[in-house]
Amino acid sequence: MSALVSIEGLSVALPPGADRRFAVEDVSLQVGADQIVCIVGESGSGKSVAAHALMGLLPRGLAAVSGRILFQGRDLLAQSAQDWRQTRGADIAMIFQDPMAALNPVMPIGRQITEQIRAHRSIGEGAALAEAGVLLAQMGLAPQLLRAFAHQLSGGQRQRVMIAMALSLSPRLLIADEPTTALDVTTQAQILALVKKVQAERQMSVLFITHDFGVVSDIADHVAVMREGRIVESGPAAVVLDSPRDAYTRALIAAVPRLSGSPAPLAPQKPLLAVAGLSKSYRSGGFFGRRATPALDRVSLTLQRGETLGVVGESGSGKSTLARCIIRLVDSDAGEVLFDGADLARMGPRGLRAQRRRIQMVFQDPFSSLNPRHTVGEIVTAGPRAHGEPGDAALAQAAEMLRLVGLDAAALSRYPHEFSGGQRQRIGLARALMLRPDVLIADEPVSALDVTVQAQVLDLLDQVRRKMNLAMLFITHDMRVAARICHRVMVMRHGRVVEEGPTATLFAAPKSDYTGQLLAAIPGRTWLEA
Amino acid sequence: MRDFMTRFLARPQTLIGLCVFIAIVAVALAAPLLFPKGPFTIVGMPLLAPGSAGLAAGSDVLGRSMVVGLAYGARVSLLVGISSTCCAVGIGVLLGAVAGYYGGVVDDLLMRLTEFFQIIPAFVLLMVLVAFLQPSLFSTVIGIALITWPQVARVVRGEFLALRNREFVQAARLLGESDLHIIFREILPNALPPIVVVGSMMVGSAILTESALAFLGLGDPGLMSWGSMIGASRSAMWVAWWTTVLPGLAIMVTVLALNFIGDGLNEALSPRRRQ
Repeated sequence: MSALVSIEGLSVALPPGADRRFAVEDVSLQVGADQIVCIVGESGSGKSVAAHALMGLLPRGLAAVSGRILFQGRDLLAQSAQDWRQTRGADIAMIFQDPMAALNPVMPIGRQITEQIRAHRSIGEGAALAEAGVLLAQMGLAPQLLRAFAHQLSGGQRQRVMIAMALSLSPRLLIADEPTTALDVTTQAQILALVKKVQAERQMSVLFITHDFGVVSDIADHVAVMREGRIVESGPAAVVLDSPRDAYTRALIAAVPRLSGSPAPLAPQKPLLAVAGLSKSYRSGGFFGRRATPALDRVSLTLQRGETLGVVGESGSGKSTLARCIIRLVDSDAGEVLFDGADLARMGPRGLRAQRRRIQMVFQDPFSSLNPRHTVGEIVTAGPRAHGEPGDAALAQAAEMLRLVGLDAAALSRYPHEFSGGQRQRIGLARALMLRPDVLIADEPVSALDVTVQAQVLDLLDQVRRKMNLAMLFITHDMRVAARICHRVMVMRHGRVVEEGPTATLFAAPKSDYTGQLLAAIPGRTWLEA
Repeated sequence: MRDFMTRFLARPQTLIGLCVFIAIVAVALAAPLLFPKGPFTIVGMPLLAPGSAGLAAGSDVLGRSMVVGLAYGARVSLLVGISSTCCAVGIGVLLGAVAGYYGGVVDDLLMRLTEFFQIIPAFVLLMVLVAFLQPSLFSTVIGIALITWPQVARVVRGEFLALRNREFVQAARLLGESDLHIIFREILPNALPPIVVVGSMMVGSAILTESALAFLGLGDPGLMSWGSMIGASRSAMWVAWWTTVLPGLAIMVTVLALNFIGDGLNEALSPRRRQ
């Protein structure tokens, strides 16, 4: 098989003062015709930069300093800006992680597709529109969507539109830069299937950038693993996935959470937290009266000491609202939250303040969950100080707590921006633990982290739960993560509980169809179970 | 902080603005030492041209030294500009923060109040206020603060609306922090950059407003200000240009310097520049 694209010794220099000299260093990679090649790597590995170099879209300040990119035999790096415009779209097309940002919000979808077709070919608007309609149909979208605007579509529909746009000029190579990372798991499975289908139908090549080995195992023919700008291992997908040679590849694969080996359920005890019939709807004031959107619909759960209950659901399932209603960041409409016998849902501000310190939370976003203007010391000691403890005593405790979460006490005087995402989550955890809570609510604590860091933080959470005998409510959209640390799992959809049970039982024999769909959509399911 | 200073001083306009502003402050502070007799003392014949009889900037319609008038005028302009801005920022931050943080009915009420001040012709309100309170330094400062706080309140409210849902604010609530602590210690420091920028621009516009008031004869009668100098000399504008042009230039240069500083702060503090 001849290579469609051949990258030879490509190096892209970073501006002086960066943490390393090259974003991409001496990378050689071939993409054969009619083949899906995956570049896998963690954030900062240079995988996106390599893809952008191939598209001639390197960000300002980055430049290819050596190497060649041969596309059907001609060197793309040597061509003029004029030729690049021909190459982009017609020969090579690209789709991105965030389709909302890539679509024009004030132009109908149809116009955006025809605009691109007509920029490259001299055909009329009507003919182009007909072609666009056909493309949408191939993507599984109704032709009426040609008149729709980006904000009227769901995330999955937007990504389909992006693929339709990318394919409108029948390019030979499609570059997909993490196109499913922002999507729900069932939508992700559909988009992956779509990419695979159009690739096979059109016998084109796809360069797929991802951080997820599950996705790799689902679609890749060939894999290249990148780390710190270099390709550490590449080869046919089956070989790399099943018998990786490089130590880093092995570590990455080992960090992917398995579906088996979930912790067994605990012997039932008196629950520490019992939620019953919790409901909440959001009212939006429209011009023609108010509309209520239910976010939580009679949700009940129990949680005992030392137990981790996973709450799993796609976006909009109400799982985050559930967490916020339990700790009263949001007031619920009906239902009760019995914590150690007292109803938190109807408690006055003074009682709430006393009880709240016993329920703490770890947040999703490692960047917005720590105040950028406060030092780590101020952040971690904030809880005890708010409850009247003197500053020095709190600071001594904070040093100890940082050690517990695997950070050095020297971190106390530094600011959050000096830490990586995983370290910030550790700081957030230390802040929550300083008040010695009985219940810890973790709202997607690892979904913004790289897979190796994710594994470390999950282990840490589990360790802390055991050491402090915490009851943990673990909210996640990722079934694989839930399988790794939860004793029991509760599946939510549209604000309702679909199903609940011990993790292993629920995964092996789901009672509801929806749970079955979620499980089937897990990327790399067959590979993970092998 | 060092990072901020390099970004702040990177633009030549900012540097020029800063130097000019420091010079004006120095003149204002030194005026009583340099000219102990005060700006109202008659030093010679009226309407002497600049350079004659040892008067570098000439004399005004009553034979008072223009140089002394300009130096004392700087005191009034800066005092009014800075103190009225401080008052306006104080009111605006307080009301904007409360409106943005609590939202709901509190927000509705405070925003209606803000709009009430925004829809009234500001300068007319100011003239009525100053005339009602008797023209004085105090009434000028209070009046200007009263018509300018709404823009601060709007900016602060917007920042608070965006910041109050950040996870670190939720975390602070869970830790049991009081609302007061959350507003002033958690959110306000993160909302400071736009407030500083708006504030620096407001000093300039307050100086302009004060000059306009003084020109109309509504300034403090016991103080020499750039506006009142122009107002007093407008009949002599065609025969002695310096009596109006020089104070006018002083106003322009000061406001321009403040705007340069404001632009520099904006560039240095706004997040899109921080990459």
